[in-house]
Amino acid sequence: MFGLPVVQIILFGFALTNEVKNIEIIILDNAKDINSRQIINKIKASSYFQIQESVLNYNDIEKTFKKGNVKCALIFPAHFGDDLLHLGKAQVQIIADGSDPNIAKTVVNYLTAIIVDYQQLIAPSPALSYRIIPETRMLYNEEGNGSLNFIPGVMALVLMIVCTTLTSVAVVKEKELGTMEVLLVSPFKPVFVLIAKAIPYLLLSMINVIMILLLAVYLLDVQIKGNVFLLFFESVLFIITCLSLGLMISNITNSQQTAMLLSMMGMMLPTLIFTGFLFPLENMPLPFQIISHIIPARWYFIIVKAVMLKGLGFKYVWKETLILTGMTVVLLGIALKNFKIRLQ
Amino acid sequence: MNAVELHKISKTYDKGKLRAVHEVSFKVKKGELFGLIGSDGAGKTSLFRILTTVLLADSGSATVAGFDVVKDYQQIRNRVGYMPGKFSLYQDLTIKENLEFFAAIFGTTIDENYELIKDIYDQIKPFSDRRAGKLSGGMKQKLALCCALIHKPEVLLLDEPTTGVDVVSRKEFWAMLKALKEKGITILVSTPYMDEANLCERIALIQNGEIMSVDTPENIIKSFPTTLFAAKSENIYKLLNDFRSDAKVDSCYAFGEFLHITLKENGGSDIEDLKEFAAQKGHNDIFIQQITPGIEDSFIRLMQEKTQKPTH
Repeated sequence: MFGLPVVQIILFGFALTNEVKNIEIIILDNAKDINSRQIINKIKASSYFQIQESVLNYNDIEKTFKKGNVKCALIFPAHFGDDLLHLGKAQVQIIADGSDPNIAKTVVNYLTAIIVDYQQLIAPSPALSYRIIPETRMLYNEEGNGSLNFIPGVMALVLMIVCTTLTSVAVVKEKELGTMEVLLVSPFKPVFVLIAKAIPYLLLSMINVIMILLLAVYLLDVQIKGNVFLLFFESVLFIITCLSLGLMISNITNSQQTAMLLSMMGMMLPTLIFTGFLFPLENMPLPFQIISHIIPARWYFIIVKAVMLKGLGFKYVWKETLILTGMTVVLLGIALKNFKIRLQ
Repeated sequence: MNAVELHKISKTYDKGKLRAVHEVSFKVKKGELFGLIGSDGAGKTSLFRILTTVLLADSGSATVAGFDVVKDYQQIRNRVGYMPGKFSLYQDLTIKENLEFFAAIFGTTIDENYELIKDIYDQIKPFSDRRAGKLSGGMKQKLALCCALIHKPEVLLLDEPTTGVDVVSRKEFWAMLKALKEKGITILVSTPYMDEANLCERIALIQNGEIMSVDTPENIIKSFPTTLFAAKSENIYKLLNDFRSDAKVDSCYAFGEFLHITLKENGGSDIEDLKEFAAQKGHNDIFIQQITPGIEDSFIRLMQEKTQKPTH
């Protein structure tokens, strides 16, 4: 009753900001002259950026992006300073991770601002100005299509809420209606009850996933870059995780109402906030970042982004897959352990 | 071997604050139709839940079909047919679906034990596509009985199967129980209706969580220790109060349109004495007669004895 407003104020006040800080950036400096160093130093000095590492060649950039942490790269061409001084204009390339368009756009804006600032600083006179032209690329999402970000997020949210809520009432309903009493006095095993409860919802949710993907592809023009079957397999795994969570709620609660509230309210807010598709996780205070690790949707979100938008294979998401599997086993274990073989 | 045995079973709720049953012991023989008779809140449902292993007793031990209710609970669950007091089938499934479901979870089919449920099922068969939630009280109970019987249980535990059922359906239901008993199934049935006690082979009278008496209905009636009189007059309420003020009267309570009276000491001219007493109090149309007591009279008498000399 009093917990919810407090939690919400704290969450929205502290944790949730659209401002991006500590962006991990990599810089490829082919020029290595005074001007490029000066810009790099300016970036270093800014609280927005954290220079991660200096890569040596162009191919390394994409590799680092696939690892997932680095959000953008800045590339100086050879003779950057020469061009600037002699021709009066020079180019830099900014590559941002477009699989998160909101962050990508913010990052590009920050970088451009720093560059423009530098440009004014070195201008000998207002009439004679140097021009640095940033050329921007959104990796994985050239047009900066916003649906790209929210499709994986919506998939995570919808599956989480639907699967958890549906199964959360499944067992507790039997307790409430009294059918559990006769069901107990029979040869059935608790584990079969749980499986039997989960299967219909598993099938329904699989149809749900297919529907969402079809809509995403044909209505919102989102390309599925990776393997569709891998995406589907990961989705099924996530569905099972959510069903297990629902079953656990169902086994520890005593009324349908509590179960519903717990799965709707209790799951909706953390999923929205801690998945990372509305508010960047990187900027949250450390405690919130730690909390976000126990939200299954967070891991699924990462997987979907990797497979669907970046076209990565299983070897890039095996860790997240393993985490989801582990969560499922634990949740099912708790559900089974809390299955009451007697009435209270 | 007894089909059901209870030995000093006690159960409390709310951490001991609420006493449900206290040191209950009785035995049900194999193949017997045994009735547990008691008013609402006497502890009947708690006993049923303990026997069906869905509730743990605080102390005491019990066996059903030879298995311990705590240790071998799964064995009992495989072997008994249970009908809880509250209608507990799936309301949104039809009659047929419910039956098929319960057959399936017991690993059997409707056809396999059809012989056992045939007589009962035939009565609800015309409605087999109707949802269980839409059935009348009597039909619900018949369906629940079918579901409890579908796996050919050794012991049938029926918790108030006739509560909320009309008189005709109650009669039918008891006829069914008789027929099932003939097929060798042990039946333990509870009821708050005293008139149904006579339909059982043996009964246990339970009140406030304690067993007052276990015997055949005939013996319980026979053991009624004194002569019982029925009385009636124009003003029955005044008559009740008047008799209660009479020093010779032991107990007097309303029973239908009559008062049932017992005396502290019986003499040769009791009826005349009572009539004279009533006439003195100004009653007209006085009618007094000696009657044979019923189960309810025994029950009330046992209850009074309990309250008059509290056991603890």
